Amino acid sequence: MKHSFVDEYSGLDSFVHRLDPRTKLLGSLAFVLAVVLTPPGNWRLFAVYLCVIAGLVLLSRLPLKYVLKRSLVIFPFVIMIAIFVPFFKQGHEAAGYDIGAWHIAVTYEGLAVLVNVVVKSWLCILCLIILSSSTKFEELLQGMYRLKVPQVFVQITSFMYRYMFVIADQAMRMQMARDSRNFGMNRSNIFRTIGNMVGMLFIRSYERAERIYAAMLSRGYNGEIVAVNKLKFQSPDAYFALSLCLLLVCPAILWW
Amino acid sequence: MNEKAIEINGLSYSYPDGQCGLIDISLTIDCGESVALIGPNGAGKSTLLLHLNGILRGDDAAVKVLGLPVEDKHIKEIRKNVGMVFQDPEDQLFSLNVFEDVAFGPVNMGYPQQEIERRVKQALQKVGMQGYEKRSSHHLSIGEKKRVAIATVLSMDPEILALDEPTSSLDPRGKWALIELLRSLPVTKIIASHDLDLVACLCDRVVILDEGKIVADGTTKEILGNEKLLGGHGLARIAL
Repeated sequence: MKHSFVDEYSGLDSFVHRLDPRTKLLGSLAFVLAVVLTPPGNWRLFAVYLCVIAGLVLLSRLPLKYVLKRSLVIFPFVIMIAIFVPFFKQGHEAAGYDIGAWHIAVTYEGLAVLVNVVVKSWLCILCLIILSSSTKFEELLQGMYRLKVPQVFVQITSFMYRYMFVIADQAMRMQMARDSRNFGMNRSNIFRTIGNMVGMLFIRSYERAERIYAAMLSRGYNGEIVAVNKLKFQSPDAYFALSLCLLLVCPAILWW
Repeated sequence: MNEKAIEINGLSYSYPDGQCGLIDISLTIDCGESVALIGPNGAGKSTLLLHLNGILRGDDAAVKVLGLPVEDKHIKEIRKNVGMVFQDPEDQLFSLNVFEDVAFGPVNMGYPQQEIERRVKQALQKVGMQGYEKRSSHHLSIGEKKRVAIATVLSMDPEILALDEPTSSLDPRGKWALIELLRSLPVTKIIASHDLDLVACLCDRVVILDEGKIVADGTTKEILGNEKLLGGHGLARIAL
């Protein structure tokens, strides 16, 4: 399997790629906060944020198509959560139907909330895509570690990244083994075998975790990961941080 | 050198589910020896290895490593000195790249940055994997993974190497390359295996373990020459 699935394009070389991961992490956090805190319906600010994103995509030389395509993943989630808001929010009715004694109506206020949620989450996911596509996963973890993110989180994330593909390979092999013994199974049986496979995968991962832990203990692990520090803030980091701050703060003061 | 590398005195161990793992094991290994621990699947070879650096504990006093009993206060010293190489390198290589994996031990030992880098370089050189520092462990071939797994313990400069099935799932070329590599390392070796080629090439002494007990202990020549003994413990074609 391809290992670069998560941080595809992180191997490119550009201004954004060369920034210190801490700068990028904090910058992303600031951007997400700014987006989330912006009052709904403040379109001028949202347009500024989109311009910031567009600028970053240009600077980082990421293929635009790739970024947009990836950002689509957010929509099913957002829509699942927010699709009913227009129906329940009180306000001016945009359209309505009567089904017997039951009146269903969509309100303008509700639609505004939906659009607001969609726009905000889209801007945030775009920012995170740029972060994860312009930073190698290891650097990201190093950055998290140096930013004093609790070690448990950093370690879990690191193990997730390391073993995701091992487990996926395992699942694939199990699937092949199943398919090679499976002739015309009916639907309920398929679900049962899938259930068994998930259970098996869990047990195997659990046992692997025990072996990994033993391997860590054998090399002197005592509950604390001591990372080798290879990160360095440089002047581009300062320029970047400063311009991002200005870009987020000035329009906000002007148009909040 | 006449120091004792490993002393085991009457070690017994049962698994958490109550099944007997090891029964009254007594074994002494001198420094500089290469000892093979052979036996059929499930004989308790891996379980015994895990006792050598205190991952599993039977009676505290039963196992001594370089004269130190395996107790909490010596555990750091012992783990530094016993390099444990697990069977599945996928378990041993848990970091995101080769450098971090090989550096894991030295970093935990608290060495300064320069020393860490020197040790990583040296360890990778010893296993013929220099230049792989930046590679991700997932993308190595199985033979390369095995080599890096050995490097991860060599970077701690252990006096004793404990290897669990080092040649499993290697093709013959990979297997012989690994045997050559192990032969070039001048440390005490304890190798759990049922690969008799490896045993014949590397070890001067063989211990047979079956159903948790030591059933034979002798020179490689003696034991590998005894077809009946091997066959009786599932290590050769059935002795009739």
